Amino acid sequence: MSEVLSFHFDVDGNDFTCAGQASVQVKKNLRRLGLSPETIRRVSIAMYEGEINMVIHAGGGHAEVRVAQDAIEIILEDKGPGIADIEKAMQAGYSTAPDTIRSLGFGAGMGLPNMKRYTDSLDIQSTVGVGTRIVMRVNLDN
Amino acid sequence: MTVSELVARADLKAAALPDGEREITGVYIGDLLSWVMGRAASGDAWITIMSNRNVAAVATLADTACVILAEGVQPDEGVAALAEQKGINLLLSGASAYDTALRLRDLL
Ligand SMILES: Nc1ncnc2c1ncn2[C@@H]1O[C@H](COP(=O)(O)OP(=O)(O)O)[C@@H](O)[C@H]1O
Ligand SMILES: [Mg+2]
Repeated sequence: MSEVLSFHFDVDGNDFTCAGQASVQVKKNLRRLGLSPETIRRVSIAMYEGEINMVIHAGGGHAEVRVAQDAIEIILEDKGPGIADIEKAMQAGYSTAPDTIRSLGFGAGMGLPNMKRYTDSLDIQSTVGVGTRIVMRVNLDN
Repeated sequence: MTVSELVARADLKAAALPDGEREITGVYIGDLLSWVMGRAASGDAWITIMSNRNVAAVATLADTACVILAEGVQPDEGVAALAEQKGINLLLSGASAYDTALRLRDLL
């Protein structure tokens, strides 16, 4: 995958109301690159779910988006508590989000399933007590 | 039908209407944001009772034509201005989500 362009974002873990800024910015950037609306939608929703997870579950982290000829890669890294059982976390409806988060409309346990749904590949590396690294890929058919 | 036309015909109030010419192609009802992002289609009118700032981000990313706050719910402080700034049409309905959807059904 020969890289054309990359974007980096620090995701603030303290400000939930601003969560999603990186994804909204990525959407803008990808629009400028002239990618198809469907591709942009898939990338930005998958990234948003990951970004929200870093804020809710991991106290923030770092996001990187790499645009290449054949694919867009989204890399999310945090130093949060990690995910003990990834298979369980992937199940639709599974969530450890607190009630305060649920009252805002998050915590439905559909974030990781959406990340899978909207990407061509999803890889989760996580170590309890160390952090989580997620790599998602959306192929470009051109 | 455009969002501006919907406002005029469906007895809705516009809290923000920065993109009134946007065409509405369907309807989605839901309050859980990940469900909206997973199921709503681009161009849908999204009916919800969620009124916080995250709704603006979700509407942007899911590319909905407009957000309709049902049940007389008012946007949280600063959300109407945020919607205006982000180019998101934010409409207010005094009716229930169901009755709001029925009106859309007649008009679309
Ligand atoms: N970055 C992360 N760090 C730690 N735990 C995470 C992270 N992302 C997801 N999880 C865990 O996986 C669960 C499922 O995530 P998700 O499907 O996005 O649902 P939700 O965010 O609504 O709880 C979360 O409730 C949490 O326990
Ligand atoms: Mg989530």
